[in-house]
Amino acid sequence: MSDDHTHGHSAHDAPPNPYLEKHTTPEQTAALEKRVQALESLLVAKGLVSSETLDKLVETYENDLGPINGAKVVARAWVDPAYKERLLKDATAAIAELGFSGLQGEHMVVVENTPDTHNLVVCTLCSCYPWPVLGLPPAWFKDAAYRSRSVVDPRGVLRDFGLELDESTAVKVWDSSAEIRYMVLPERPVGTEDMSEEELTALVSRDSMIGVTKVEKNT
Amino acid sequence: MNGVHDMGGMTCYGPVKPEENEPIFHAAWEKRVFAMTMLGMGQLDTLDAFRHAIERMDPTHYLSSTYYEHWLAALEALAVEKGVLTPEELATGVAQETGKRAEGPLPPEAIPAVVQGGAPCNRVEGRLTPRFSVGDQVQARNLNPTGHTRLPRYVRGKNGTIAQVHGTFVYPDTNAHGQGEQPQPLYSVCFTAQELWGPDAAATDDLYIDLWEDYLDPA
Repeated sequence: MSDDHTHGHSAHDAPPNPYLEKHTTPEQTAALEKRVQALESLLVAKGLVSSETLDKLVETYENDLGPINGAKVVARAWVDPAYKERLLKDATAAIAELGFSGLQGEHMVVVENTPDTHNLVVCTLCSCYPWPVLGLPPAWFKDAAYRSRSVVDPRGVLRDFGLELDESTAVKVWDSSAEIRYMVLPERPVGTEDMSEEELTALVSRDSMIGVTKVEKNT
Repeated sequence: MNGVHDMGGMTCYGPVKPEENEPIFHAAWEKRVFAMTMLGMGQLDTLDAFRHAIERMDPTHYLSSTYYEHWLAALEALAVEKGVLTPEELATGVAQETGKRAEGPLPPEAIPAVVQGGAPCNRVEGRLTPRFSVGDQVQARNLNPTGHTRLPRYVRGKNGTIAQVHGTFVYPDTNAHGQGEQPQPLYSVCFTAQELWGPDAAATDDLYIDLWEDYLDPA
């Protein structure tokens, strides 16, 4: 990311933390590859898993799940007021109408951004995330900086993403501490009245559904 | 337990650093750990026990390792604790006995149903009648259990308002420790930012968190 995103924020000046140098050197990665291969051969030998089934699960999460699903939900809510009402009332059922359901999305709640309210989703205790609509979470969502600071300094975290909110805008932070999974319904950008549902879908970013950015109309 | 995983409110980790064009997985071993955990963990213990196994990691290791290394550490720990692998097998990577499990591993064809079906955590047995209603004033209990809990430190002793009654859900504090699901009501509780962080916090801002009934007292 560019320095612009953090410019002027106090967290920018935090001292380097020796614990945050992650194990990602080639040597460390090679050691992990070896250790994980050994574990897989053990669990296969014990009859817990089969390698073909592991392949199939990985393919599913690489190819079939991702933020495009959530973007379809958002675009539908923008063009169909009755759908939006169902989505805000019973998100799990409304999301299932579009064919998305399952692991880590069994109990969904969708929260709506408005001109005077901005919602932000975090999991401070681990990294709970609505997989059926957003796929697997990005690294920053799982890292200490986001998990720790979002609840105490949400406006500062938003500044890290280049979003400066007015003082009058109310911020609602949602800490997913249980099995309820949250997704933000971002505001539809002005000037998109003539766009099709498909065109709108292409505008909706993953980050806007976590609540760290707004949806912008492409210029 | 009051562990390093309970990060909400800390400001020592610097700015959030999103990665441009981030891949879903950063290394091949991460894919295998993800899939082995998703398919093997349920045969070892509960999701709550898995989360607690991550919380039991050495805190310096927790902070210096990536998300999927947390999963790997927890998977290895539970495989040994549950007697599926011996410490010697884990150390050598060589299976001493090949256990032939009655059911055998899940076949690849089962994956779509597993992913889309999910594993709901709401229950129709247990404590079904909620003690609190929307609008009730509550105080998060000042509990400091040595085992697993989803009551983070930053809300303990703080006063909030019941925002939503989610229904009856599996209780992690017992389910993580072989003491059963003991389902009980789960609530969305709203705390003002000023209640949590003092008068310098924005008067417009709120935090919502999901808390089980046994985490709450009437205020």
